[in-house]
Amino acid sequence: MTQSTEQAGSIARKNWLLSAPALVVLTLAAAGPLMIMVVYSFLTPGEYGNVTWQFSLNGWRGILLTEDIFEPGTYALADAHLTILLRSLKLSLMTTLITALVGFPTAWFIATKPVKTRILWLFLITIPFWTNLLIRTFAINEVIRNDGILNSLLIWAGAISAPIQILYTDTAVFIGMTYVYLPFMVLPIFAAIDRFDMRLLEAGYDLYASRGQVLRRVILPIVKPGIIAGSILVFIPSIGAYVIPRILGGGKNLMVGNLIDLQFGQGRNWPLGAALGMTLLIIVMIALVFYTRLTNRGAARG
Amino acid sequence: MADRSFSASRLPGFSTIATIVFVVLYAPIVTLVIYSFNEGKTVSAWEGFSLRWYQQAWSNDIVQEAALRSLTIATCAMLIATTVATMAALGTTRTGPFRGKSLISAMINQPLMVPDIVTAISLLIFVAAIKVATGYQGLLYLILAHSAFCIPFAYLPIKARLESMDLSLENAAADLYASPWQAFRRVTLPLLAPAIMAGGMLAFVISLDDVVITTFVKSGGQDTLPTYMLGQLRRGTEPDVNAISTVLLALTVVLLSLFFLLTRKRN
Amino acid sequence: MKKLLLATAIGFMGSLAAHAEGELQLYNWGDYTSPELLAKFEAETGIKVTVTDYSSNDEALAKIEAGGHGFDLVVPSNSFIPIFAEKGLIQPLDLSKLPNHANIEPRWMDVVWDAGRKNSVPWLWGSTGVGVNTAVYKGDINTSSIFLDPPAELVGKVNVTPEMMDAIGMATLYVGGEVCTEDTEVLKKVRDLLTAAKPKWMSMDYGMEDKMATNDVSASMYWNGAIMRARLVNPDVKFGYPKEGYLLFMDSVTLLSEAKNVEEAYKFMDFIMLPENAAMLSAFARYGNGITGSEAFMPDDMKTAPEVAIPEEFLALGQFIPTCSPKAAEYNTAIWTELMK
Repeated sequence: MTQSTEQAGSIARKNWLLSAPALVVLTLAAAGPLMIMVVYSFLTPGEYGNVTWQFSLNGWRGILLTEDIFEPGTYALADAHLTILLRSLKLSLMTTLITALVGFPTAWFIATKPVKTRILWLFLITIPFWTNLLIRTFAINEVIRNDGILNSLLIWAGAISAPIQILYTDTAVFIGMTYVYLPFMVLPIFAAIDRFDMRLLEAGYDLYASRGQVLRRVILPIVKPGIIAGSILVFIPSIGAYVIPRILGGGKNLMVGNLIDLQFGQGRNWPLGAALGMTLLIIVMIALVFYTRLTNRGAARG
Repeated sequence: MADRSFSASRLPGFSTIATIVFVVLYAPIVTLVIYSFNEGKTVSAWEGFSLRWYQQAWSNDIVQEAALRSLTIATCAMLIATTVATMAALGTTRTGPFRGKSLISAMINQPLMVPDIVTAISLLIFVAAIKVATGYQGLLYLILAHSAFCIPFAYLPIKARLESMDLSLENAAADLYASPWQAFRRVTLPLLAPAIMAGGMLAFVISLDDVVITTFVKSGGQDTLPTYMLGQLRRGTEPDVNAISTVLLALTVVLLSLFFLLTRKRN
Repeated sequence: MKKLLLATAIGFMGSLAAHAEGELQLYNWGDYTSPELLAKFEAETGIKVTVTDYSSNDEALAKIEAGGHGFDLVVPSNSFIPIFAEKGLIQPLDLSKLPNHANIEPRWMDVVWDAGRKNSVPWLWGSTGVGVNTAVYKGDINTSSIFLDPPAELVGKVNVTPEMMDAIGMATLYVGGEVCTEDTEVLKKVRDLLTAAKPKWMSMDYGMEDKMATNDVSASMYWNGAIMRARLVNPDVKFGYPKEGYLLFMDSVTLLSEAKNVEEAYKFMDFIMLPENAAMLSAFARYGNGITGSEAFMPDDMKTAPEVAIPEEFLALGQFIPTCSPKAAEYNTAIWTELMK
């Protein structure tokens, strides 16, 4: 045994000890229960929900293929599942994009305020998010419904003659998610800008001629980790959203979170629900790999 | 830090966008606060100033208990999550590769990757088994579940801060102070404080907002404000919930202001 | 600050104590339990009742079946009571502890889902029909075509409650079939009918008491009591009894096998079977109850309400949802999941 490996061993031990409390909590209330989910996706549905302990691949097959209700043994592509998955993907990507487009300027605005007022602005951006998610979703509901503030305003302004149906559409879900998840974008971007030495900007202006160049060469590399972290934080709750589509989508246009919930309730097909959950997890992981590669490439280019 | 150049940092259009963001963010909340003082029941019409919803909320045990329970869980989850996340961040950042490092990272980020509804269902099955086995049905399950999904939210900003921190300062500190603990307490921790604060805030918000996981994990009589309100969906919320939210909001603003004032004085 | 900490600490300790003396955990449909009744019960017995909401029978079943739920009483609909009983989730009642059991109206005593009422006592009953805003649609409202084949005025303005057995049951009656049928020809018609109608719906949601009153929703397949509450706010709202046939339901209180506050639960069940107390339940949720003599205590507007006192001509058209065979249940579930997509 050389001294360096001994040292490495003690560092590893220290790091594990430091991480242990977090790992215990996570094993008990996140990773451990998730293993049950994996197991359940390979079982057979019980008569009124729940499962019977009998191995089956039907849950997984059910994601892509549906057995004809009336002709057992005949399968067709489960276009409905795909529609819902695509809708979820589309809405959450749109939400991520818009929150990034709006969140970056907002975070920049806050981070470039003088130290004294900066804390006030940070404070202001945090306040709305101390208000409960359901309350905010209801508030959006009040804004976009037919008799709501938005339609009344547009009618009053003469822009439209009859209310536009926004509530209970995909647009409503998109608006709601953007409103609710914006802080998850602003805060990490703010953190990224905040640790940046603004004097570098001046150096940037000395080096490059235009604002555009400074933005691209100096500022974007700085905020990029923040945007990537923010995108992760926004994309994941969006794609698994359950409450917002339930309230603003009117229960008719499901997102994948509602589809999973349905399997555990009236759908009475827990294994399919578990398999759908795993599928969602796989989509998220693919997105994460994509993000990570983005980060690394950015770092390499420097 | 104070001598920042503002001309260099100003980007065209950014202030306009930020202003619009603030207006749009606040409009619904301001509406909510205003209408919590509305005599009438609907948000569509103003029928005069009144405190009746505050009186009604004050006398509604269920709403009160639910609000208190939400605060309790969020506070506990925030404290637990932020503490363990800070430790884990120190253990996994700015250290060379060691056996199991990526496993730890994956574990910590895991709640972020798993949709709420999946966590909720798996917790329902798991926790129910423990409840049956132990007979204990108290609030600890909810606190534990909330702590778990709050950990990555507390961890991310702290880790980001640690990664960007100037090592030379700490190296200097290590030379100055005798023990690593002192160096940590005098240098690393103060530098880390804003990130810990941000992490704690995120954790608190995430816990306070949760509906799905709580719905599935709670035992009888453990409604939090969100799950209670989701139950009320069958009819639409009573304005007394607006009143409660306004009170919570006011309380939060006061506490946060105190917090900001205190930290500023120290600086 | 100190006060808040103190309050939080007290609240925390309070909530850690999972089981206190003189309390009762009731698991019931949302917005269905009269707060006045609970206050009266607490004043008389000292027992504090805590209510937790659910929005569908399946939600309640899933939660109860998982175990460790902490509830004492649950209020499933008629067709679910045999399922709860068969799975051993509820326990048979000790009728000697329920002197008011005799108050149950004879027609609610020997019901198919619980002969002799040995497992459950009545909470409230009602009809699943259609609520229509008659200012928007002036035609015949006593038909399921309101939501199964909406007239032009109502296209895009109809809501259908996401309660599987109600929607599929109504559609089955509409095509001339029997509820819980296993006849695939009928079921195919039901599926095609619902699938074709869905694009004409606005939403599949609860909360119509408010949304119909404010005309956010102009028509809905819904429950009579809730529609009556909407009508009391907005007189244009009317309840229709579909001539193709409509569904009746009765939600009943059952004692869970895992119940901890059994004595308190019996007191509560007995309490709600007193006529004046049953009338309080009705007065709040606007549904009928199953207790003899409660009429005398009912609010006047309910005695003549067309939503509650079913008009003679429609009386024979209503039927209770039976407990479907597993095969029929499987068909219904398959149709429903296909529809929900």
